[in-house]
Amino acid sequence: MSAQDLLDDGPNVIGVGLQRFVDDLQLQGVSAGAVDWRPPATKDPAVLQATATLSSGDTAGLVNQANDEAVQRMLTADPVLMDVHLAAELIDGLGEHIVLHAGPPIEWPDMCGPMQGAVCGAIVLEGWAKDLDAARKLADSGKITFEPNHHHSAVGPMTGIVTQSMPLMVVENTAFGNRAFCAINEGLGKVMRFGGNDDSVLERLRWLETTLGPLLADTLLACEGVGLKSLIARGLSMGDEMHQRNVACTSLILRELAASMTRVSDPETASEALAFIAGNDQFFLNVAMAMGKAIMDPVRDIDASAIVTAMCRNGTEFGIRVSGCGDQWFTAPVEMPRGLYFPGFTEKDANPDMGDSTIVETIGLGGFAMAAAPAVAGFVGAGSASDAIAYTQRMSEITHTRNPEWAIPALDFAGVPSGIDIRKVVSSGVPPTINTGIAHREPGIGQVGAGVVNAPMACFEQACVALAERLAAS
Amino acid sequence: MSVLFNEVRKGVYLDSVALMRVSAEISALSGIEEAVFMVGTPSNIDIMRNAGMLDATGEEAGPNDLVVAIRADRKASINRAIAHAEKSMQGRQPAEGAAAHRARTLSGAHKIHTQANLALISTPGDYASLEAQTALELGLNVMIFSDNVPVERERELKQYAQDNNLLVMGADCGTAYINGVPLAFANAVNSGSIGVISASGTGLQEFSVLVHRAGGGIKHGIGVGGRDLSDSIGGISTLTAIDLLANDDDVKQIVLISKPPGETTAKAVFDKLANCGKPVIACVFGIRADQLPDGIQHARTLRHAAELAQPDATPAAHTIDLQPLAAAISANPTKQVLAGLYTGGTLCSEALLILDAAGIQCASNISSSASDATHRLLDLGADEYTVGRPHPMIEPAVRTPLLLEAINDQQTAIILLDVVLGYGAHEDPAASIIESIAAATADLPVIVASVCGTDEDPQNYNRQRTRLEAAGVIVCNSNSEAAELCAGLLNSLAS
Repeated sequence: MSAQDLLDDGPNVIGVGLQRFVDDLQLQGVSAGAVDWRPPATKDPAVLQATATLSSGDTAGLVNQANDEAVQRMLTADPVLMDVHLAAELIDGLGEHIVLHAGPPIEWPDMCGPMQGAVCGAIVLEGWAKDLDAARKLADSGKITFEPNHHHSAVGPMTGIVTQSMPLMVVENTAFGNRAFCAINEGLGKVMRFGGNDDSVLERLRWLETTLGPLLADTLLACEGVGLKSLIARGLSMGDEMHQRNVACTSLILRELAASMTRVSDPETASEALAFIAGNDQFFLNVAMAMGKAIMDPVRDIDASAIVTAMCRNGTEFGIRVSGCGDQWFTAPVEMPRGLYFPGFTEKDANPDMGDSTIVETIGLGGFAMAAAPAVAGFVGAGSASDAIAYTQRMSEITHTRNPEWAIPALDFAGVPSGIDIRKVVSSGVPPTINTGIAHREPGIGQVGAGVVNAPMACFEQACVALAERLAAS
Repeated sequence: MSVLFNEVRKGVYLDSVALMRVSAEISALSGIEEAVFMVGTPSNIDIMRNAGMLDATGEEAGPNDLVVAIRADRKASINRAIAHAEKSMQGRQPAEGAAAHRARTLSGAHKIHTQANLALISTPGDYASLEAQTALELGLNVMIFSDNVPVERERELKQYAQDNNLLVMGADCGTAYINGVPLAFANAVNSGSIGVISASGTGLQEFSVLVHRAGGGIKHGIGVGGRDLSDSIGGISTLTAIDLLANDDDVKQIVLISKPPGETTAKAVFDKLANCGKPVIACVFGIRADQLPDGIQHARTLRHAAELAQPDATPAAHTIDLQPLAAAISANPTKQVLAGLYTGGTLCSEALLILDAAGIQCASNISSSASDATHRLLDLGADEYTVGRPHPMIEPAVRTPLLLEAINDQQTAIILLDVVLGYGAHEDPAASIIESIAAATADLPVIVASVCGTDEDPQNYNRQRTRLEAAGVIVCNSNSEAAELCAGLLNSLAS
């Protein structure tokens, strides 16, 4: 709209600041909208300066261009669920006494209860100790090496514990040739991702390792993999956001797998496997997570890009990575989720936010796609469909673009907001909204509720400062 | 003879209903016989083949691919259709009103208000330039009401705007009229044939209400900000505004309201004005008629500018008799001092100039000369009075303590006030003056005021004026008349 258009057509105004100016225009019947403006949350001059630098002049142009490239890579990704293998066969160096975990790097003494519980269970599962007490002593002794899943092309929900003999699903991003891994979802109730570690938990994990894993591998080979991009698109139109709600996508993938599975296996085993998948609405979450990692890994290391490539939490700290800042983690204490609790539990029972599952928000799903899943909005606020839409609309203010292939019917088929831009997060004061399950703070009890949680602002503020420093140095 | 075009887009998925909508949209374009956008599932491939829409390229499509098939009269129509389809498939935004969503950012709001052409920015100054930059990059013109924007940032913003055919009004632009619509602090005035370029908010307000009351009207009042005509900005927005007003056939008269421009800027601006092809009046405080090029009329005051702009209108009669006022003051020989308490900065400047021309020296916070004079004129909208407090035009009670002090000071002979009405201003600015007068503990000085407003303002000019007069205030038709009245009184006391 050139200055000439302004004078010819008369003003059509967006007000930023004093509401009365907008009110006065609306009283006169002039078209005027308002920004619900508020100053950035931070008062730290270094952060404000860095954000201003990244958002103005030549630097802004450089960052925008890098973001275009980053988002282009996200949108052209072509993730396919290909295979299932034991972790040791997929991840170099994953052997004895090495445990991968969710979130940014963390050492044993700093881990929350559920994560320590899951580690002990994994140690017993691997036979590195005979029982849980011995496992704890082994961990205390410092003889276990801990590393984040994210350092090994992997992700894991909640505690996210991965050790050598666990079967991992493999999603290949065929557009870029990279692969990413995630464990098979164990189901609901007492499970290792929530810190469960008793015999029933370990027995199920052994069944995944010896039965379901190999069967899924054979099935995927027989059906030549399952393309995930179109599956997600259909899931969105069926009411999933792929973090808290995966019932549509779980059904869709079951449909994709069933025929091949019955062909490659005896009817008894196939029936057991299909019943297991069908009995767990969240089965697809782990597929979506591996897909998210597969999409975002090629987006790492683009000079000057302000796009977030990973968000995750270890139950103690929240961590993000930003494309233009390489492999650096920016961390801050995790926040407590707000939401609804299962009968018998309250927020006093809740563990702080945990898991690598925030990779789905990083690619524009989960809290970012809430408008597609009004059923999920029940966990927060009034729970109306318009609340759900407002969440997605808010997230579109901190992303670089929308993904036209993942459209949301309730938003007139607008795409999910994609490519979180750290500058927009800091300058708008709008943190990414994450849909999450809530784990009990004691190990072994499992999920006690679900809700939403904000990514801590401090991660994005640090990242802005670091990116501005990198650009100033280059 | 028609042309068939097939393209297969690998791994592209779109909802089938969305694709049918695109297909229908493209089929309706001129030159297109039929367009089909389908995902290449076996059944879809059959449908397209049976419809004669597939060639060898399309036959290769798999179930995860999008097939684009178009039959048209010639290749050019197909290219046009593809470009159109590209738009339809990419980046759909939710329709306006899809959700009662209040955007937290300017770019978020712009996605909702896609037809916007102006961002009105009134955040604290620290954030204003970044918001303005965002607005310009979104292709919006900008009015920056905020002050405290660094001058070099203002220049960068205006340079960017100039390079992109956009207009930046401000920083520190309090008032504007665009196509007759008042923006921010502005009065309800008639739309008409005058185009104003103003570096001063209250200057534009006073001029516009005087034009309105004489029966004329304002088409555009382009605020440029107080620093635009300084050499550090070089009049970038003023020069843009001259072009815009010169090109608007409805604008018959151009008026410039400003402080004296910087030396090099003055030349550029006055040359351009003199050659813009329309009659020009310059009300530039502190500049003489002989400093303007031929063809630009010189206005001494804002009232003079309004009179020149409407030569046929009858000036409002000036009926105030000095004699009884002078006698009242002379009755108490301690009463010697003029105290001016202004809410509008330009009105204060104008009064200072008028008093100075009449030989009366005044001390003022906006002038470094005559700092030891006994008479004083204060601009209460200046930074030293507004830090952490509302501007006195929004909250005139800020003036009350100083007004009470002046009323009760036995040395005060005359109090000179402005009362600014209009959108953005306080809903009843006369009230605090009337209350102060009622609270007086000594015999009153002469209180002279002008009301900058119109009958159509939310506060109503006549009602405000009548109430002030009932409280004993002498209300002049304009600020310059009020200042002239004070000068006349003081000079009659001295003689």
